[in-house]
Amino acid sequence: MQTVEKYHAIKVDIDKCMGCTHCMKACPTEAIRVARGVANINANRCVDCGNCLRVCPVDAFYVEEDSLEQLSKYKYKVLLFPAVFIGQFPESYSESSIYEAVLSLGFTHVLEVEQPIHLLIEIIKEQVLQAKNKPLISSFCPAIVRLIQSKYPSLVDNIIRMKAPHDLGAYYAIDLLSKEGIGREEIGIFYASPCSAKMAAVERPLGEEVSVVDGLINMYELYNKVRKVIKKAKKRDSVALRKGLRRDGIVWSLPRGEACHFKGRSMAVDGIHNVVKILERMENNEVPELDFLELRSCDQGCAGGILLTGNRFLTVERLQKRSKRYLIAESSDDHCFNCPAIKEKLKSGPIQPGYVYALDTNRKLALEKLQKVDRILCQLPGIDCGACGAPNCHALAEDMVQGKAKITDCVFLQNRYLNEEKIDLAKATRNLENTWGTNRFDADCNRKGGRNEGF
Amino acid sequence: MKLVFEIARGDFTAAGKASSGIKKVLKQLLVDPKTIKRIVVAVYEAEVNVVAHSVGGTLTANISGNEITVVVQDYGPGISDIEQAMKVGFSTASRKVREMGFGAGMGLPNIKKNTDELTIQSQPGKGTMLVFSISI
Ligand SMILES: Nc1ncnc2c1ncn2[C@@H]1O[C@H](COP(=O)(O)OP(=O)(O)O)[C@@H](O)[C@H]1O
Ligand code: SF4
Ligand SMILES: [Mg+2]
Repeated sequence: MQTVEKYHAIKVDIDKCMGCTHCMKACPTEAIRVARGVANINANRCVDCGNCLRVCPVDAFYVEEDSLEQLSKYKYKVLLFPAVFIGQFPESYSESSIYEAVLSLGFTHVLEVEQPIHLLIEIIKEQVLQAKNKPLISSFCPAIVRLIQSKYPSLVDNIIRMKAPHDLGAYYAIDLLSKEGIGREEIGIFYASPCSAKMAAVERPLGEEVSVVDGLINMYELYNKVRKVIKKAKKRDSVALRKGLRRDGIVWSLPRGEACHFKGRSMAVDGIHNVVKILERMENNEVPELDFLELRSCDQGCAGGILLTGNRFLTVERLQKRSKRYLIAESSDDHCFNCPAIKEKLKSGPIQPGYVYALDTNRKLALEKLQKVDRILCQLPGIDCGACGAPNCHALAEDMVQGKAKITDCVFLQNRYLNEEKIDLAKATRNLENTWGTNRFDADCNRKGGRNEGF
Repeated sequence: MKLVFEIARGDFTAAGKASSGIKKVLKQLLVDPKTIKRIVVAVYEAEVNVVAHSVGGTLTANISGNEITVVVQDYGPGISDIEQAMKVGFSTASRKVREMGFGAGMGLPNIKKNTDELTIQSQPGKGTMLVFSISI
């Protein structure tokens, strides 16, 4: 049983949150409840997939990031970004002009993270060859790794023991600079993340060691900054910074980017709701014998990351087109000073299961709670409306047995108790305000939300 | 704790409902993942057999503090030679069923392998009752 509360990157701005049910309904792990008129995220359940952020009608969710002022702490300032960053820009901007614009923001070096990609391909192939638990599951998407940890603990041993491309890029950068005689302490590594999940993975890596990345940058903000200066940036030759980049690296984070290296015996699934369905089947032994399973939380992989701008399909198309101009990765690619050392650093330890859905660590108590949930469900109307502040009737029943909610939170039951004169109107109103906040039910023509939300 | 699932004949897409439902409960009880896997495999195979070979039935799971007992009752046609049915690779599955990816003759042997206790009672023409238990 996990006792320390897990770190998660997504936060709620309670001044912006108006209290509605969109995020609560969209959360794939039932991590969100509404109380006193605002959304609360259960850190143990949140996998940082960002679905809440996508559906919020008032932009109340945000991710924490580091400010660019931190750059001054370091002599050499390296910006790492995943190749999807380039895919967001209209084609009229060349990759050189994008690099120039990023450099002009105060960085001394800019590198795409997916290089030298042949190291990751090799590690995966080696582990697939030796695997006892098949299929091996990609460790690429941190939202998926956390989902497996908490919801599918029987599958943790199937996860590949390998760090992410941003670690690869970071070690590569350190390696390149060390060739010029620059020491680690002089280098600040900043990573522009496409999503909250990768941010959480940097803040609190699953192997519990400290991340090699020194600072996090929100890709959405970076894109806007770059768009502002891109035309004015002065010319600088950045080709050398891309000499380790290969076709396979550019499309690595897109659907089949990893799986394509395992022809015939692999599968790629994107979108967290699709992933949940596949993992359920895998636990039932209903998935055929595969070598490798690529799973991504976002539709269209990182092209659909929550901190990207623009249309994910256009991003995919541009990246694919761009990738054709690059060579295919070869195991003989050795742009690094010490490739074997980098490869060694990319291997990671086993992932521990999380068990966050257990009702109790004591079996007898858990069983009693389970039976109680069943009895409560007989009382609840099964409308799954969310007016109680929980995503559905079953979730409310579970919250009740955990002492986190009460039966009068159900608005329909409360109405029945009012009719039966078991509670008075003042108490009933207080109950509603406990969930939805005071003055939430006053007429207000300027209230946000409730107007064709979702269309 | 008692969980009851109806299993309809011929509905292969519904096979897996009982195993998924039982799995969810076992996770809430903090049962060891490896044990859950054994239970899920046994329940799933039993479900598929009712769908593929019988006219339909009911699966009931009784979960206590230290054991799960599963009773799978169907209403025919029964198994005439249980010993033969238990053999690895034995199957009477139709071609249609095989084409859907079932009927490898591994179901009953897999149930046996994954459970602590298994009894099969069958009356040809009437039905089959499978009872198995696994300590949790
Ligand atoms: N519930 C059942 N009703 C009737 N026959 C059954 C039932 N379960 C199993 N059988 C018989 O036992 C055989 C072996 O079952 P099993 O080992 O699960 O293999 P398979 O289902 O792949 O045929 C089946 O082909 C069928 O003839
Ligand atoms: S698919 Fe990519 S962008 Fe989306 S959550 Fe996973 S790592 Fe982040
Ligand atoms: Mg069978």
